[in-house]
Amino acid sequence: MADTLRPETDAQLLDAIKWAAAEKTPLEVVGGGSKRAFGRPMQTAATLDLSALSGIETYEPHELFMTVRPSTPMAEIEAALAEKGQHLAFEPPDLGPLLGGAAGVGTIGGAVATNIAGPRRVKEGAARDHVLGFHAVSGRGEVFKSGGTVVKNVTGFDLSKLMAGSFGTLAAMSSVTLKVLPAPEKIRTVLIRWRIDGAYDHAAIQAMSRGLGSSYDVSGAAYLPAAVAGLSAVDYIRASGDGVTAFRLEGPGPSVEHRTASLRQELAPYGEIEELHTQNSRTLWREVRDVQAFAGRDDLPFLWKLSVPPASGSKTAFRILEQLRGEVLYDWGGGLIWLALQSVADAGAGIVRRFVAEVGGHATLMRAPANIRAAIPVFQPLKGAEANVVKGVKEGFDPSGVLNPGRMYEGI
Amino acid sequence: MLMPKPDAAVIARRRDIVKALRAIVPGEGVIDAEDEIRAFECDGLMAYRQLPMVVCLPETTAEVSAVLKYCHDNGIKIVPRGAGTGLSGGALPLADAVTLGLSKFNQILEIDFDNRCVVTQPGVTNLGITGAVEHAGFYYAPDPSSQIACSIGGNIAENSGGVHSLKYGLTTNNVLGVEMVLMNGEVIRLGGKHLDSGGLDLLGVVTGSEGLLGVITEVTVRILRKPETARAVLLGFPSVEDGGNCVAAVISAGIIPGGMEMMDKLAIHATEDFVHAGYPLDVESLIVIELDGPEAEVDHLIARVRAIAEECNATYARLSESEEERLKFWSGRKNAFPAVGRISPDYICMDGTIPRAKLAEVLKRMNELSAQHGLRVANVFHAGDGNLHPLILFDANKEGDLEKAEAFGADILRLCVEVGGVLTGEHGVGIEKRDLMGTMFTEDDMKQQQRVKCAFDPGHLMNPGKVYPTLHRCAELGKMHVHHGKLPFPDIPRF
Repeated sequence: MADTLRPETDAQLLDAIKWAAAEKTPLEVVGGGSKRAFGRPMQTAATLDLSALSGIETYEPHELFMTVRPSTPMAEIEAALAEKGQHLAFEPPDLGPLLGGAAGVGTIGGAVATNIAGPRRVKEGAARDHVLGFHAVSGRGEVFKSGGTVVKNVTGFDLSKLMAGSFGTLAAMSSVTLKVLPAPEKIRTVLIRWRIDGAYDHAAIQAMSRGLGSSYDVSGAAYLPAAVAGLSAVDYIRASGDGVTAFRLEGPGPSVEHRTASLRQELAPYGEIEELHTQNSRTLWREVRDVQAFAGRDDLPFLWKLSVPPASGSKTAFRILEQLRGEVLYDWGGGLIWLALQSVADAGAGIVRRFVAEVGGHATLMRAPANIRAAIPVFQPLKGAEANVVKGVKEGFDPSGVLNPGRMYEGI
Repeated sequence: MLMPKPDAAVIARRRDIVKALRAIVPGEGVIDAEDEIRAFECDGLMAYRQLPMVVCLPETTAEVSAVLKYCHDNGIKIVPRGAGTGLSGGALPLADAVTLGLSKFNQILEIDFDNRCVVTQPGVTNLGITGAVEHAGFYYAPDPSSQIACSIGGNIAENSGGVHSLKYGLTTNNVLGVEMVLMNGEVIRLGGKHLDSGGLDLLGVVTGSEGLLGVITEVTVRILRKPETARAVLLGFPSVEDGGNCVAAVISAGIIPGGMEMMDKLAIHATEDFVHAGYPLDVESLIVIELDGPEAEVDHLIARVRAIAEECNATYARLSESEEERLKFWSGRKNAFPAVGRISPDYICMDGTIPRAKLAEVLKRMNELSAQHGLRVANVFHAGDGNLHPLILFDANKEGDLEKAEAFGADILRLCVEVGGVLTGEHGVGIEKRDLMGTMFTEDDMKQQQRVKCAFDPGHLMNPGKVYPTLHRCAELGKMHVHHGKLPFPDIPRF
């Protein structure tokens, strides 16, 4: 039997999945392969390599959409958009290095399948909010589509939301249509350097809550504790020797200037206020987006992505770090905690999940050796009724379990 | 409109069913008197009416759960209902179903400014959420025209939009979590005060599912800080094409206004007669553009928009000079439906979305269709996102006029799909567009959607007959047609 199937056309993609469904042969679905280590390890008989299904099919800047093949490199998409002054507003991170691979090999299919989002999530949403429609082959070996190319569309169930974040377990997309938006003309970052004693995390969360709750249209709010700030390529941040809270402001020139001045004033009581201009801002927010501080860190083998109510961010992190050794980076105003842990039994899952549950949130194990990812749930464990629905959805798309079986949940 | 054949055996058990429901929902929460259930015979799509078998108005999640479990165990259908303002017949009762109204779920449970969200019961109105937080300068962004009456639970069922969805998104982009009861009575929570839960995005598929997947009993939405300022510009054009081009040119210039609405001549005249918003009467199309944000940004963008409008041959431009004037500009647009109601005994409101660039072409062809069907059409659109609301004028007392209007409407929606758009932008499929689903979707597309339904409600007891033209049994949908034995795809490269 072939170990890898690499369809070059939609018809071949359909044939491959039809065959797998008939023979009940589980497939690992792969695009660029940069996120292969994200999710549970699988026992698959063959690989469905989608890398030949690549390229931009349609790009209509005036209609604010782009239709692409699943394995189109993010870099190609970003370059085409930049030429027209547009971008993917959900700011897809490049997680390659974080997961132990190379930078710059991510594809749009992977970004959608994992429903990732960068710091702009707080304002513009995640991949799920930018998929307008798609064509795919289900695990049943049937071609189907959902959505369209327009933003306002409530015709039928919104399967685009289900596809985003399904890790290739429901269907293999043959094309996806994305909402694109004008890229901001100007970027500024307002920074707070704390001048209070002790740990600043709680104060940072408060300040971020104030910034995000202001009318200044903050498009990123992150707190870099001292250990993380010390790794920044931005001189001012690295040299601060302390934790730094960062707020991003984007938009037309006059507006950004006005909002920067207003935000500086509002945050002045918290500490020393500084400002980064375009180039340094880009560097900083890319570092935050890609969680560069925790890439290639052999000392911190386990990485958790915690999604919590933003105001509980520091409390949650503190409780966990009272019992486990590691470092954190806060994004989304405290709602996203990147928690990197030193080696510990069960990747710290018991403690992490207990404290996340206390505030109401979800914990995803982003990085760990395969044997750990096989032994403990990577995604938030499902509870009774929800587990049945998730199982039912999987069966509806892929009854023979041939597409990435077990990638998200054991036995699903 | 053909609905599933009522189950005579269920209707025959009506007395027992009412009794069983009364045991679950005490007091006046179960309504079976004919003169009282008549209030529930239709939703906002008033051309279709049907008395429900019985109406049940529970007050707690536990009651909803017990009612659904009872109905599930006894094979009784459920039609969920919010405020009944939906425009596509999603809450149209069935003769053999319990209409389950959520109107008693009318409390806001928690206002959480630190996490910028509100936890509420589903029967609270859309505007009620904004009302609860505006003292602190916050608001809930999606603003359907019915926002004074429509409920947040209904907004989730329909994935409602509104004037400001161009910039701030639809309901689906603003909901953080729900508690919902499945048809078998089980209660699940999806999402919460946090973002992106990981795992399959069930919340995303529940939003916009038109009451087919479950009954929502609690909602968490995100709230935003009100922009510092907002100003509106009125722009008039000598042709519909010029107006359409201006809309496209604004977007192409990288400007995403808070709202961008367009009206054609018939709609302009009808609304001006009605609310005296100060609209110019000598233009063929009128655009209202609202820019919001800090004053510096608004001033900057208004200057750019005016320059673009001039290039697009605008013959009229007026900028709101006060908050009062801004609201006046909007009052015309927001009253366009009732205004049109004054110039015609009846009208039906369509709701397709098209690519912005096709605006002029679609309007031209719509006018041809108007002549062909012998009925007038007034047009108001959410132009910024290509969402059309053609209002077809007719007289229900005239023999055959409703059928003519519906045929005209169907032609308009087919036209939307033909130019690359969709059947419904924000009103939902319901029963109104159910039988047109095939113009947009293949049989396989629709079957795949219905398989999602099977994961939530395998017995098809929740709101059957809506959205999908053909009801397939879940067992049939689950069958796989496979052909073993042949070695396929000789051409696929393999390694």
